Amino acid sequence: MKTAVATFLVLMCVLGSAGADSGKNSCVDCHVSLDDARLVTPAKLFDGDVHHQAGLTCADCHGGNPQDDSMDAMSPAKGFRGVPKKSAIPDFCARCHSNATYMHPFNTKLRVDQLSEYLTSVHGKRLKQGDAKVAACVDCHGVHNILAVSDTRAPVYPTNVATTCGRCHSDAAYMKDYKIPTDQVAHYQKSVHAAMLAGGDTSAPTCTTCHGNHGATPPGVNSVANVCGTCHVFFAQLFDKSPHKDAFAKMGLPGCVQCHSNHEIVKPSDSWVGAGPDTVCSTCHAAGDAGLQNAQGIAQDLGALDHAVKQADTILDKAERAGMEVSNAKLELAGAHEALIKARVDVHTLRAVEVQKVTDPGLVIARKANQAGIAALQEMNFRRKGLAVSLITILVAIAGLYLKIRQIESKPQV
Amino acid sequence: MSGLYRNALTWLDERFGAGSVEEFLRHKTIPIHRHSVWYYFGGMTLFLFIVQLLTGILLLLYYRPTPNDAFESVQYMVTQVRFGWLIRSIHSWSANLMIFTAFVHMFSVYFLKAYRKPRELTWVSGMLLLFIVMGFGFSGYLLPWNTLAFFATKVGTEMAGSVPLVGKWMLIFLRGGEEVTGATLTRFFGFHVAVLPLLATTLLALHLMLVQQLGMSTPPGVEKAIVEGREQKRIMPFFPNFLLRDMIGWYAALGVLGALAAIFPWELGTKADAFAAAPAGIRPEWYFLFMFQTLKYLPSKVLFIDGELLGIFGFSAAALVWVAMPFLDRRIGFGRTTRFFTGAGVFVIGYMMVFSWLALR
Repeated sequence: MKTAVATFLVLMCVLGSAGADSGKNSCVDCHVSLDDARLVTPAKLFDGDVHHQAGLTCADCHGGNPQDDSMDAMSPAKGFRGVPKKSAIPDFCARCHSNATYMHPFNTKLRVDQLSEYLTSVHGKRLKQGDAKVAACVDCHGVHNILAVSDTRAPVYPTNVATTCGRCHSDAAYMKDYKIPTDQVAHYQKSVHAAMLAGGDTSAPTCTTCHGNHGATPPGVNSVANVCGTCHVFFAQLFDKSPHKDAFAKMGLPGCVQCHSNHEIVKPSDSWVGAGPDTVCSTCHAAGDAGLQNAQGIAQDLGALDHAVKQADTILDKAERAGMEVSNAKLELAGAHEALIKARVDVHTLRAVEVQKVTDPGLVIARKANQAGIAALQEMNFRRKGLAVSLITILVAIAGLYLKIRQIESKPQV
Repeated sequence: MSGLYRNALTWLDERFGAGSVEEFLRHKTIPIHRHSVWYYFGGMTLFLFIVQLLTGILLLLYYRPTPNDAFESVQYMVTQVRFGWLIRSIHSWSANLMIFTAFVHMFSVYFLKAYRKPRELTWVSGMLLLFIVMGFGFSGYLLPWNTLAFFATKVGTEMAGSVPLVGKWMLIFLRGGEEVTGATLTRFFGFHVAVLPLLATTLLALHLMLVQQLGMSTPPGVEKAIVEGREQKRIMPFFPNFLLRDMIGWYAALGVLGALAAIFPWELGTKADAFAAAPAGIRPEWYFLFMFQTLKYLPSKVLFIDGELLGIFGFSAAALVWVAMPFLDRRIGFGRTTRFFTGAGVFVIGYMMVFSWLALR
């Protein structure tokens, strides 16, 4: 029995000391006790870092020997790499992140093409040219406190991307040498895309959706429609078949952006289309030309259907509020609403005849629904009048009964 | 006209003895005193029941009791059939008014102690009629097969299902299966247009027969005042004096029904969808609200008993006690009122009103 207990204790001591050795991290132990905040902060921050949570240590990135308590731990002879220069950061991260064999055990869905994409980006190209001001991995993802992209606190989480990009791109002094605008984020914040994102729709586009993330590049004039078309597929297809496709190409105009702007993409309005001076059509087309006449035709058809739908909506709502049963008419009117949506999409064919093919049936539906609303309100008036007549008749009958009672009771009782 | 009426009466008398009915009506009297106004609520409830019967028959001409057709048939009725909206709205409003007047009638009988000997059975038959009328409301609510009705029925039948031993059986009996489906609709339609009308008509006949047989009750306080000479005994012939007054009330009720139907047509809602989420704030008809709210307030467990079950048992026991009231309030009699039972009545009304209000908040 004594032998068994002794063997157990020896085993426990051996296992315990082995465990203590493998968990030792002299980098953290030493750095947290230093007076220089610059050296202490990384050690403190690393606790919340996604790499730490995945089981990595300082030495996995910086090299050295974390088992060694002396300064020898940071000897290049022991593989210590130290702090990489800005220009070396992409390769520094890519040692692991471009290695599929190394990365996949952590998560098979993790990409390993970030470096190759980064090298195609404006940031990557300029970094190669020696511009240390451009963004490298740590400028967007952070350093020592890197969070998973899916973490809502991460600077690269969809709702935080615009702010992260804006840290440099909205800083006029920082961007002075590049001679590019610094109002992109301010414009974007006014866009329908930003509103959707703010409303919790993380699938809504932010900077990286259109520009790419690691391969961040401004879309060229010719590729704007492709970029928008990745989400707005149907619009892009219609635009490709439209007369604007070739005309824009010849004139060197960007596709979608020409009418919708690039960053400040606001909710489009029917008033954009037409021959008036405030329409987007008139920014290119001259008064009286065929294109503007075509635009005028589209505007009239859209306006007519929009007016008819609103009129029918108003009258049916009024009838419904009055307690009339108009659910069938409302159901049918949904067809006109759909036609209006489709007509607004078909505007991108830039052909009045195509838009009219949709607005005409929509108008028929809307007018029918409007008639149903009018009929319901007429029926309501009829009911009110009928009620008045009935109540008068009932009051007369009650008065008659009252008089009859008085007549009976005025006679002396036998 | 009078001659024609006489001839018709004679003709009927020779064949059915109708003269005796006329004779009975001529001799039937109604006591007049400061509480006489409450006598009219029984007749008003009967009038609304007849309105229900007539409008219900008219609705039957178009209604189709299947999940695919029920909603559409009611929608067709209220939009396409001439005066269909009026018939449907009157049927719905009249149902609610009838339950209201039935409650007023029941409480007036309670507080005037009209259930005392020898009218115990009149009270019991009246109470059973009230339960049947509530059953009419519950079964009729589902028939338009709209979302609210569907989920309210689901909740209502679930309560029955929580009763131990017989709960499961009751749930399946009411629903015609495990879930609220087309089978439930057919079943509720059957209850609403056949089973309940048969029971109601039989009980109503018994109730009216007892009322005619025993006459109207005079409240104990009034009886005492008459005997002590503080009040003079006054009566009114039922026919035609009281009946004509009754008719004034009926005409007024008809006017109110017409106004409600024209100004606030009964909503149809949206068609029931078993796969849709239950709408927010779902609650039963107003006359079930006090029970619904009580069950909501009860904790899930009271000692070792399921809270909802305790509530159901509590209400069932209270209903039984209420039905048996003439046999419990035995001290009531000539000139004597029993304060405890009057207080209990006030408590019950207060409870129903407060808890219904809480449910509506």
